[in-house]
Amino acid sequence: MTRKRRRFYIVVAALLVFGSATALVLTALDDSLDLFQSPSQIMAAPPPPERGIRLGGLVEEGTVLRSSDGLSVTFRVTDGAQSVPVRYQGILPDLFREGQGVITVGSMGQGGTFLAREVLAKHDENYLPREVVDALKESGQWREGEGEGVR
Amino acid sequence: MHRFANPARFTRIADRVLPFAAGGAVLALALGFYLALFVSPADYQQGESVRIMYVHVPSAWMAMVIYVAIALASAVALIWRHPLADLAAKASSPIGAGFAFLTLVTGSLWGRPMWGTWWEWDGRLTSMLILFFLYLGHMALMNAFEDSQRGYRAASILALVGVVNIPIIKFSVDWWSTLHQPTSVMRLDGPTIHPSMLWPLLIVALGFKLYYLTVVLLRIKSELIAARLRALDLAMVKGS
Repeated sequence: MTRKRRRFYIVVAALLVFGSATALVLTALDDSLDLFQSPSQIMAAPPPPERGIRLGGLVEEGTVLRSSDGLSVTFRVTDGAQSVPVRYQGILPDLFREGQGVITVGSMGQGGTFLAREVLAKHDENYLPREVVDALKESGQWREGEGEGVR
Repeated sequence: MHRFANPARFTRIADRVLPFAAGGAVLALALGFYLALFVSPADYQQGESVRIMYVHVPSAWMAMVIYVAIALASAVALIWRHPLADLAAKASSPIGAGFAFLTLVTGSLWGRPMWGTWWEWDGRLTSMLILFFLYLGHMALMNAFEDSQRGYRAASILALVGVVNIPIIKFSVDWWSTLHQPTSVMRLDGPTIHPSMLWPLLIVALGFKLYYLTVVLLRIKSELIAARLRALDLAMVKGS
């Protein structure tokens, strides 16, 4: 009985020690585990040009401009406080539109424009049938990008 | 708990549970996939691709639930030295590895059209990949030694160490900025998924749980029979 009890305490203690060690490591690494930086973070500490970074935020309403050749597009990525102009050439994901969360991969160019090599669309946590969204829009209860009225 | 550690008693109980678990799994999966693939509506943003979610999300839950079950069995095996606990852990890890693999593959197939990429090293995706590797490591260690007890001991320790990864998977989308969306179902303010899509999801999840119960009981039973055969062989060799 006592040996079982001792083994029990050893297992619990080992788990506690290992768990807190992991928690400490994760806390220390906190920022570097983020996949992307927000416009505010980039404005506060501008990264050196040419250095590859990921910029994430919402596509600002009314800023998407497609060029006449149909290939390149410019838009601003915002987090509500700051926004960064982005230029991109290539195919955009299906979910890309104004108000959508995106992650752009690239580097800061001259004049504070972010040159994206890749644009990824973030999906939000809302799952709704199209008819429900249409009904909500009709009754004026729909707010784009927020999925209000799900519940 | 000790009462269930008796192999004969375990087999008796398992035989009684198995028909219900197997029948329930077939029913729940048939109903769940019918609802998910034919009845439930397309999503307003994702269109028909949303149907991948009905496999992806329950698989991810199972991959985590089975890992926790293995960790608990490993603790029991290490502390109380129940042979059945070792067998339960051994029987579980290939099933969990299968679910983790299914999660990664379906997520990747969904990510390509929706996000625009098959893979991104964000917190959620990376921690899920680590879970898959933990399963593979557990399976390898279980069979790594001539003396199976040593393998079981090593695998138990690995399973307990790896359990720190479970909260990391769960909360990765809250702690860090990720490409993966935040949680939709288990939220304090209620699910952000429409009931017409939530029900099929929950029924498939129930079906997966019953599937796991069925397969794990069968696998433990066959492990017990294999152990008896080995013991008989040994007795014959000694007796001759």
